[in-house]
Amino acid sequence: MRLLSVAIFVISWWIASIYLGSAKLPAPPEVLAAILTEAKSGALFVNLGATLARVALSFVLAMTLGTAIGYWMGRVRLADRLGDPWLILLLNLPALVVIVLAYIWAGLTEAAAIVAIAINKLPTAVVTLREGTRALDPALDEMAAVFAFPRGKAFRHVVLPQLAPYIAAAARSGLALIWKIVLVAEYLGRPNGVGFEIGVAFQLFDIPLLLAYSLSFAVVVFMIETAFVQPFEARLSRWRPRAA
Amino acid sequence: MRLEVDISSKAFTNAAGKRHDVLSKIAFTLEQGEVGVFVGPSGCGKTTMVRILTGLDHDYRGRVSRPEPLRIGMVFQEPRLLPWRSVEDNVRLAAPNVDAAQLSSLFEVLELSGHRAHFPGELSLGLARRVALARALAIEPDLLVLDEPLVSLDAALAARLRAQIATLLEGRPVMTLLVTHNLDDAVRLGDRVFLLSARPASILHAMPIAKPRSARSEADIRETRRTLARLCAAAG
Repeated sequence: MRLLSVAIFVISWWIASIYLGSAKLPAPPEVLAAILTEAKSGALFVNLGATLARVALSFVLAMTLGTAIGYWMGRVRLADRLGDPWLILLLNLPALVVIVLAYIWAGLTEAAAIVAIAINKLPTAVVTLREGTRALDPALDEMAAVFAFPRGKAFRHVVLPQLAPYIAAAARSGLALIWKIVLVAEYLGRPNGVGFEIGVAFQLFDIPLLLAYSLSFAVVVFMIETAFVQPFEARLSRWRPRAA
Repeated sequence: MRLEVDISSKAFTNAAGKRHDVLSKIAFTLEQGEVGVFVGPSGCGKTTMVRILTGLDHDYRGRVSRPEPLRIGMVFQEPRLLPWRSVEDNVRLAAPNVDAAQLSSLFEVLELSGHRAHFPGELSLGLARRVALARALAIEPDLLVLDEPLVSLDAALAARLRAQIATLLEGRPVMTLLVTHNLDDAVRLGDRVFLLSARPASILHAMPIAKPRSARSEADIRETRRTLARLCAAAG
């Protein structure tokens, strides 16, 4: 099924390139050739690697902080009241503003890029985890209290499994957001990475190169989704009765 | 080891700011190994009382003195199992020190041996209740609290689980607090029966049943049941 949908994509691309002309939309072989050249020189892997490293770091940073803050805001009323205006501000702040400000204040550094990307993802993780924490079943908390579960055990076996779907949802949507933002951050202020190369290709009007990086990036995202995110979600919900 | 309870009142304030009295005077003591049964009409405040005794609710007037530390094994009205852990893991999580032989015999008596690896979502209510009971007993509690453990089971199933509870209590006597609205449960399982009034609940009568559980004949049980029913009727 997946193969079929990929085939349909390639065929429609090919047909479109014939109509638009290869100056605007190069045909698949031309882009493939560009990918191969970049792969041979090693530049493709260096840039993909740089981008992936940024994604990984900012993802971990945002998820860890977002989960902790979201849990805290869901449990403690005062924290929720204090944090809520910040959350609304961050949720509605355009990614570009955060990135530009981070570069201005912290210089065109790696840390600035990673923090800026993490800040863009943070509020959605907080909101999702706050909802998850509010939905925790008090009946199970009481059970853990009567049976005198130690704190760590109660968190691991009672709380965490209830939060797991929310963590998975935050990870899923957060990853999608980060894939989008990381390229902007690279385009604006990093000397390598897929975003940087796309910026170069844009300035040179090198459309095969542009598409070569975009496609390689899309393939990597797709592989990570199927190899990690989906099996992780399946494992989390293995105790649920299967939906018909 | 004894439980001394002296609650003078407990009230809730609802969303509209109105005060509702749930419990009035409730004073009793439970001795080591004694099974105290609380019988009262539905909604009279039995569960509220249980929550105070188990330390889940501290907002009341009066005093509950429990020996510390007190290991409480509780069967809630709904089984409250962890849906994401297997039957065996649910029991082991509450009772990390239970040994394999102990666990096997407990599962044997409760007819759960074939369900160890199942998840709670795959169990009927009757089975889930028995898992909750296994969990409560596996920790070798100092106090066993059973909140309507037989409610909404059909008569045959309830009778079987009642017999299993009796067997387990014979095997290892434990101070037990059983809450029910069913007189049969009371006369078959209790050493002492407390009749509760309607809301706000107070203790109307405390009736000891002298004969040990295992020695009670059907005739004895009918007789005690009649006496209890008369007291209930007199109480209105």
